[in-house]
Amino acid sequence: MDPLLRPGHNAPHLPAAMGPGYADVFDRLSRQGGRVETTGTNALPTFDAHAGAKQASFQPYQNNGGSVVAVAGKDFCVVASDTRFGLGFAVPTRMISRNLVLNDKVVLATAGMQADTCTLHKVLRIRLDMYRQNHGKDMSLGAVSQLLSNTLYYKRFFPYYTFNVLGGVDENGEGFCYGYDAIGSHEKVKVVCTGSSQSLIQPVLDNQVDGKQMYDGQPVAELSLEQTVELVKDCFSSAGERDIYTVGLDGRGQPPLYVKILKLAFVLTSHPLRSKYTRSHFIQGQSPAVRDSQTTTDTYFT
Amino acid sequence: MERGGFSFDNCVRNAMLESAGYQPPKARKTGTTICGVIFEGGVVLGADTRATSGNVVFEKNCEKIHYIAPNIYCCGAGTAADTENTTGLIASQLELHRLSTGRESRVITSLTMLKQMLFKYQGHVSAALVLGGVDLKGPHLYTVYPHGSSDSLPYVTMGSGSLAAMAVFEANYKDNLTEEEAKLLVKQAISAGIFNDLGSGGNVNLCVIKKGKTEVIKGYAQENPRKYRRPAGYSFPTGTTSVLESKFQRPVSEIAVVTEVVSESVSMET
Amino acid sequence: MSILEYNGGCVVAMAGKECVAIAADRRLGIQLQTLACDANRVFRMHDKLFLGLTGLMTDITSLHNSFDFKLNMYSMREGRLMSPQTFSSLVASTLYEKRFGPYFSEPVIAGLNKDNTPFLCAMDLLGAAAYADDFVVSGTCAESLFGTCETFYRPDLGPDDLFETISQAMLSALDRDCISGWGVTVHIITPEGVTAKSLKARMD
Repeated sequence: MDPLLRPGHNAPHLPAAMGPGYADVFDRLSRQGGRVETTGTNALPTFDAHAGAKQASFQPYQNNGGSVVAVAGKDFCVVASDTRFGLGFAVPTRMISRNLVLNDKVVLATAGMQADTCTLHKVLRIRLDMYRQNHGKDMSLGAVSQLLSNTLYYKRFFPYYTFNVLGGVDENGEGFCYGYDAIGSHEKVKVVCTGSSQSLIQPVLDNQVDGKQMYDGQPVAELSLEQTVELVKDCFSSAGERDIYTVGLDGRGQPPLYVKILKLAFVLTSHPLRSKYTRSHFIQGQSPAVRDSQTTTDTYFT
Repeated sequence: MERGGFSFDNCVRNAMLESAGYQPPKARKTGTTICGVIFEGGVVLGADTRATSGNVVFEKNCEKIHYIAPNIYCCGAGTAADTENTTGLIASQLELHRLSTGRESRVITSLTMLKQMLFKYQGHVSAALVLGGVDLKGPHLYTVYPHGSSDSLPYVTMGSGSLAAMAVFEANYKDNLTEEEAKLLVKQAISAGIFNDLGSGGNVNLCVIKKGKTEVIKGYAQENPRKYRRPAGYSFPTGTTSVLESKFQRPVSEIAVVTEVVSESVSMET
Repeated sequence: MSILEYNGGCVVAMAGKECVAIAADRRLGIQLQTLACDANRVFRMHDKLFLGLTGLMTDITSLHNSFDFKLNMYSMREGRLMSPQTFSSLVASTLYEKRFGPYFSEPVIAGLNKDNTPFLCAMDLLGAAAYADDFVVSGTCAESLFGTCETFYRPDLGPDDLFETISQAMLSALDRDCISGWGVTVHIITPEGVTAKSLKARMD
């Protein structure tokens, strides 16, 4: 069996608050859908004349691994994700984007099932375009966070198998993140990680950003943007060493794909991987700040 | 009196716990790429170095090429404890056999002992092995499956990365390889597993066995060193952590030397 | 639920320069219900050898008694202390003997060799040993400990720095595990002696 989908492990991000039984159903669904068998005896339904009628089960879920992180600072937010697309023990591709730049101030990153990720990103992009057309402005971070929650809860009984983090700067220019479970329960935080390396990365971020374990829990110095980027890259580097479903460095040996959202606009850094969506939005973006950011040296976005 | 063999003392309790709904834990498996190839006058064995438990890498640099005899080595895939103990047991028995006969061990002997043991346990001892060595009959290379069946081929692969490694062999193997060509081919095969199979990773370990000479090369290729570390590092000055209580204890010698005193009047007979 | 998670608990050990540290939490629970916060899962085998056991507490107790007995027999028979390498072989073979009806415990062994170089070893419940020269982890928050240790660990730390590093790694990981915690003990083993420290930790 796919080890990522072993019982009790495939839906690690579902809180107990969803109620007893829910995780089991989700668990079973995803376990059945853990891997699409293309060879061997499971490839086709088997017919046993003596066993009576058999029903082919619907296998809607698979876990493609991946980890996403968002860390917010005073006037910025860094959203990062790895680029490995895992399937069982195989790596169909090393170069996918889990990030979606929603507008100049808000970036979404999604781990879990890649097909659901694509669909969710498509739905959100359309909803944000409609909002932009109707209201003549971009949706704020807080509004996007609620929209995402509603979009996820809308599929309460057949959820998107996705684990999201949303990062950005709000109307006051302050950075914030939101962490989600698969069905839209969310929390506004300063630092969040989800995906296959959640349990590896989250405690490190807790320690370095909140500093709860140090000096009797007295507040620690806030990290600068540069320090935050270094921390996030190091977290992925560590997780890539120990979690087989997260890659510390992408296929070109670069650190993970990350997006810095500044007070003014986002800057996509790291290697020049980009999805169709971020690109098309970028062209439509029309923000002078975004255009300006193209000229900065650490922007490979063309 | 302690005797060898497995103990089944806990089985009834464990079965009771399982029937009460507590799942038995999974033992650590080595999602693995192992392989071997015969060259002109010898055998090259190769293995990756990753040991996983679930989706976590438990050990980044473990040794999967096990000693069987000075002229025989064995790569192991499957449950880590089984591969270690199975190869260790056969190695001990062969050592005694050599001391008894005064001759070099033969590969076919170790193969037969391994497969008889694995067959006896009907696949419950889950060790998948690549066995290679050189004896008076020349180089030999075998695979042994957990149920006790075996193959004899000029190039073999095993483990979760076996398809990736075999793809390299099928593309590049030719008869009468030189030693260097064989080492390179095995390195490429293991690297294919390391990069394309998530269960395999780390470095490439090799073992080259020739007539009268065996060489184990750890870290023949190190393809995945950690590429990034935070330049500032992490420092936790003394006093960062709140301590409630601290006790220091100097070493205490625990060894009482007991000398047996036998007076002459006591009979030594029992 | 896995039986290894029935009582909760975790252990981590780290190597420094001529010193090793081993830390464990103090919680004993029955699943989510906490029974005690003075549980011991790290045991002093001799001055330079510590054994940590995670998993089912009844098996931890059985194994500890068994190893104590075997170690005493060895030192009386041999007139010397057991080396960490020998002890890890003893633990491995004791566990593998029960291959088909295992003890539900995953040991961590930390000690100093004769030349005071650090020795670390972790095993699964069947006794498959993994030797490391940086850190080893075991228990219900093993994944979190891997994350924190992999990030915070630096080689060749002195006893004081090693204590801070292992403590921060342990406390951070514990805060994200609801069936471990409730206090932490850290033992720092040096040639000069053993320091046992009790940490202030969250009690929820």
